[in-house]
Amino acid sequence: MRRTIIGVLGLQGDFEKHAEMLHRLDGVVPLVVRTPEEVRSCEGLIIPGGESTTVGKLMVRYGVDEAIKDRAREGMPIFGTCTGMILLAREIEGSDQYRLGLMDITVRRNAFGRQIDSFETDLQIPAICNSRPVRAVFIRAPIVSEVRGNAEVLSRLPDGRIVMVRQGPHLAAAFHPELTDDTRIHQYFVDIVRGCASA
Amino acid sequence: MLKGGVIMDVTDAEQAKIAEDAGAVAVMALERVPADIRREGGVARMADPLKILEIMSAVSIPVMAKVRIGHFVEAQVLEALGVDYIDESEVLTPADEEHHIDKHKFNVPFVCGCRDLGEALRRIGEGAAMIRTKGEAGTGNIVEAVRHMRTVMSEIRKIQSMREDELMAEAKRLGAPYELVLEVHRTGKLPVPNFSAGGIATPADAALMMQLGAEAVFVGSGIFKSENPAKRAKAIVDAVTHYDKPEIIAELSKGLGRAMDGIDVRQLEEKELLSVRGW
Repeated sequence: MRRTIIGVLGLQGDFEKHAEMLHRLDGVVPLVVRTPEEVRSCEGLIIPGGESTTVGKLMVRYGVDEAIKDRAREGMPIFGTCTGMILLAREIEGSDQYRLGLMDITVRRNAFGRQIDSFETDLQIPAICNSRPVRAVFIRAPIVSEVRGNAEVLSRLPDGRIVMVRQGPHLAAAFHPELTDDTRIHQYFVDIVRGCASA
Repeated sequence: MLKGGVIMDVTDAEQAKIAEDAGAVAVMALERVPADIRREGGVARMADPLKILEIMSAVSIPVMAKVRIGHFVEAQVLEALGVDYIDESEVLTPADEEHHIDKHKFNVPFVCGCRDLGEALRRIGEGAAMIRTKGEAGTGNIVEAVRHMRTVMSEIRKIQSMREDELMAEAKRLGAPYELVLEVHRTGKLPVPNFSAGGIATPADAALMMQLGAEAVFVGSGIFKSENPAKRAKAIVDAVTHYDKPEIIAELSKGLGRAMDGIDVRQLEEKELLSVRGW
């Protein structure tokens, strides 16, 4: 099988767990990336959880932001989890912090209150599996408060709040799929990357 | 999610903005940095809520604040203020020399200090969501931070290599909950993130702690007691991101101005040590 290089942005945050998860998938080479050159060598990129203000600043400081946008224009799929989702959004409620703005969504930071460290729940994600729900870990999590254009909701909490969205090749999740043993979400992203590469 | 980041001590909104602009993942809101607490003496307590609120409104990154060891009402106050994390800290004067706070009772996550694995697992047993090795705060001297991190990491490696039937005796020796010792044996790491604190003054200090196994670093007096805080703060953030790239650390260490004046820990008397507070 041809090997697929998936980058994990390693400026700050939970990048190692994503790399471990990718390591378990057949034919995937995970690469922790911190420079524009490293970003340009990837076929797909995961932006992990971290502190969104900090990661945004560091992306600009190291010139990684432009490399990501260039690769996105060339069609590279990007998957943002938690902070990564905030950075992919076009709008961030009440904040002018840096964002890539690659998805037509509005996000709300710390949507569950700034002190609630974490909670877990089962999510129905029909695009991934109709029968078995996905266990999702939320840590100081954001939510998607608005979806526009052709951005498509993949999953909601039981109360209706949106926690996973896809727009074209890009994917955003409010939770941390790297913190469970379930590889289905990472596999779903890798399949998107392979679909783009063969298209 | 503070991993791979730098948490900086600040005493007002202006310093908090400098820390945020430098790329800190969080700030610690204080009335005095540890070097001043050490110099001025007296009882060091939780900061004035007005000071903490001023800092919370100045930045969008998370804000931590310190409570005295065992002072669960100071912790209730900080939770009511809405801080993001609480540090039950030996830098403040302990309120209880026997009991630490029962951290399971709170929603807000706690970070606690340790000098060895037993102390780390006792704090985790009480509900700490993060651990930091103590070092010796306010000295600008990395030696105790290194000692504590090496101790924790080597004790983890030792437990990992033990037979399972030896773990109860080891739990007794460490004074640590057996279930947590068993978890360390199985996973080879602490059940919560492990950060480093107490004495970091340069980018190379920060990278040293990361290479020794820290997942993030706290910088207290090291930034705002130096000649050029903004430049040094940024350099320390970059050094933590690129902690395994000596050529980058060499570049960013150039011309940072004078570091904070350090203290030789060997010249301190036992009663002046902060790291021996708590157990």
